[in-house]
Amino acid sequence: MKSRRSGAEAAFWALFLGLIVVVGAYISERAQDAMIGVHASMVTIGALLALFAGFTVWFDARRDHRPIVDSSVYNDAIVKWGVILSVIWGLVGFLVGLYIALQLAFPQLNLDLPWTTFGRIRPLHTSAVIFAFGGTVLITTSFHVVQRTSGVRLAGTFSPWFVLFGYQMFILLAATSYVFGVTQTKEYAEPEWFTDIWLTLVWVAYLLVFLETIRRRREPHIYVANWFYLAFILTVAVLHIVNNLALPVSLFDSHSYQVFAGVQDAMVQWWYAHNAVGFFLTAGFLGIMYYFVPKRAERPIYSYRLSIVHFWSLIFLYIWAGPHHLHYTALPDWAQTLGMTFSIMLWMASWGGMINGLMTLSGAWDKLRTDPVLRLLVVAVAFYGMSTFEGPMMSIKAVNALSHYTDWTIGHVHSGALGWVGFVSFGALYHLTPVLWKRERLYSLRLVEWHFWIASLGILLYITAMWVSGIMQGLMWRAYNSLGFLEYSFVETVAAMEPFYLIRAFGGLLYLAGAGLMAFNILQTIRGQVREERPMFAAPTASVGARA
Amino acid sequence: MANAHARIERSSFLLVVLTLIVVSIGGLVEVAPLFYLEGTIEKVEGMRPYTPLELAGREIYKREGCVGCHSQMIRALRDEVDRYGHYSLAAESMYDRPFLWGSKRTGPDLARVGGRYSDEWHAEHMVDPRAVVPQSIMPAYPFLTRPLDYRRIGAHLAANRTLGVPYDEAMVAGAVADLEAQLQPETPAAAALLRRYPKAVVRDFDGNPAVISELDALIAYLQVLGTLVDVNAFRASGAEQR
Repeated sequence: MKSRRSGAEAAFWALFLGLIVVVGAYISERAQDAMIGVHASMVTIGALLALFAGFTVWFDARRDHRPIVDSSVYNDAIVKWGVILSVIWGLVGFLVGLYIALQLAFPQLNLDLPWTTFGRIRPLHTSAVIFAFGGTVLITTSFHVVQRTSGVRLAGTFSPWFVLFGYQMFILLAATSYVFGVTQTKEYAEPEWFTDIWLTLVWVAYLLVFLETIRRRREPHIYVANWFYLAFILTVAVLHIVNNLALPVSLFDSHSYQVFAGVQDAMVQWWYAHNAVGFFLTAGFLGIMYYFVPKRAERPIYSYRLSIVHFWSLIFLYIWAGPHHLHYTALPDWAQTLGMTFSIMLWMASWGGMINGLMTLSGAWDKLRTDPVLRLLVVAVAFYGMSTFEGPMMSIKAVNALSHYTDWTIGHVHSGALGWVGFVSFGALYHLTPVLWKRERLYSLRLVEWHFWIASLGILLYITAMWVSGIMQGLMWRAYNSLGFLEYSFVETVAAMEPFYLIRAFGGLLYLAGAGLMAFNILQTIRGQVREERPMFAAPTASVGARA
Repeated sequence: MANAHARIERSSFLLVVLTLIVVSIGGLVEVAPLFYLEGTIEKVEGMRPYTPLELAGREIYKREGCVGCHSQMIRALRDEVDRYGHYSLAAESMYDRPFLWGSKRTGPDLARVGGRYSDEWHAEHMVDPRAVVPQSIMPAYPFLTRPLDYRRIGAHLAANRTLGVPYDEAMVAGAVADLEAQLQPETPAAAALLRRYPKAVVRDFDGNPAVISELDALIAYLQVLGTLVDVNAFRASGAEQR
């Protein structure tokens, strides 16, 4: 029965990849512009490689008269790949972020070339950190968590590999298209129509693998982390499809036009983009919190009841918050007011989750001193609390009148991204590495300690610089002189930003350096090295031991 | 509550269905009415689709990611109206696919930049921003002087037409000719263009009549921004007291 199912799956993927090869080759043959030709070729080559790899595995297993996979053990191999890819994408994303931060301080760094200007590189940064780093972390951790909490191997023989590597193909398609100027310009939804279709295929496979694994679970209940992962996968699918509805100029042309226009397109876009924050960067990473914090603290989740309230209130309220990106614009007032109201209510839902995460440490607070990995996870939750207070505050129309269009927004995003998403991911990756590679411990906990402090200092510099520059620029824009004229020309407000852009870039450099330490630490752990070092806390003294 | 919830936790089907319902409500309530509520898009005179050259310029604007630093949405706030002009109307972006309102002003708002600066200023500014505005941090775009590839502009108009932008068949068929005509003032072709696209600015934009460049298209696009709707007439109609 099992082998028949895996045979059908193999046949499906062989057919699917064969079809991709044919379609890809056809499109690249008839391409009207260079980009779609290159991308169709990339997909074709990727599908051929996948076919080759799949057939090799399949033939080897048949020759040796054994099943392709041993379904009695967890699929840790795919999680290992995910950990390594996550670390690489983190480094790439942070490095590109540092580069564009420096471009704002030193415009000469745009190099006068089409491929290196801020306008094209900025989406490369946002996509690299959100989708390449964040997305790979989410796929990786969800594959780990769903196996461990369901007590079964990840469903599918080939399907999970299509999910992980198909997603990497999406990242490559998106990244190359921005640099070469192919974009539909919608923020955090820049990839053009064919890349969107590819991501949709990958996402459907992701949903099916995840759901099928849950269906086969040995535990009667679906663990709370999986509710959040599932809500993330489902909602992102809905958001992605609706926001990217577009008509290509032709099937062989990379350009397209959105189905929605003007004010409707604006509403759909911010419904999408705010929930990319709500479901990609929040619900998904809350899945990480709900598994890794209790695991690391060796304590159960603080409140089961609060988990239920947190989950349903969060996913219900988040979806309404989009219009707070459009205050005082041509979006009708009723929609703005709705968006503001629900954004403020969202504060409570978010803090319910924060309290649930933090209070899980009840009785284990001392571990914060001795386990820097747990500290990363917990400080991440604290940053989550801070960002989810700041966000509702900025959604109030009077505050937003000042903050919108300024660096304050950038600072707010980064306290969430660097503090919450980054730290909770680092904590998960540090925890996973020794578990997956069956090492006694990480190469060095002291290095984790350094990572924590360097990165924390980086975040502090980053967000305080952006608070000051954002509020200052907002105030300068609206300053009037005694004659009733605007006090500052626009470019004067730009010039005033320079010192803060330098501080921000330095903060980013520190954050990147911290991630470099992590990459080294994880690499050494994988290689089986253990650093000789003083333990993180003094061992109990002899006298205490004697009394015990 | 916990007992009732146990049913959901034991069924992945229930969890999927309930999650989908719960996350759909907010989006439906906020998005759907925008398509049928009367006042969402103001009734104004003067809006027309972009000329082929302006549309090509808009594609350059998209390609270079200008929206990352420049908004095209003047908010209804006193200082913004003083700085940039009448606040933006929904009608002014009714043919924008996608919208380019933006979310960040590292540079100034461009919703009404049309007619504010000369073509020469724009051309020089694009090639070397700091030659014109010493404190500017904008990237330089010297490569925009290269020829514009506009062979497929007709297909771009056709795609917009399919989506409901009021281009007629003659506009789609004559797209390439119209694009070239916008750079040749005082010609019969230019007169025909102006009949199809009232208020179009017809002249050579980049100071180099020998080449139809990407810069020509981009400047043509910038020069039309915010110029189509007579906002004073809109104000006089009392519509803003709605």
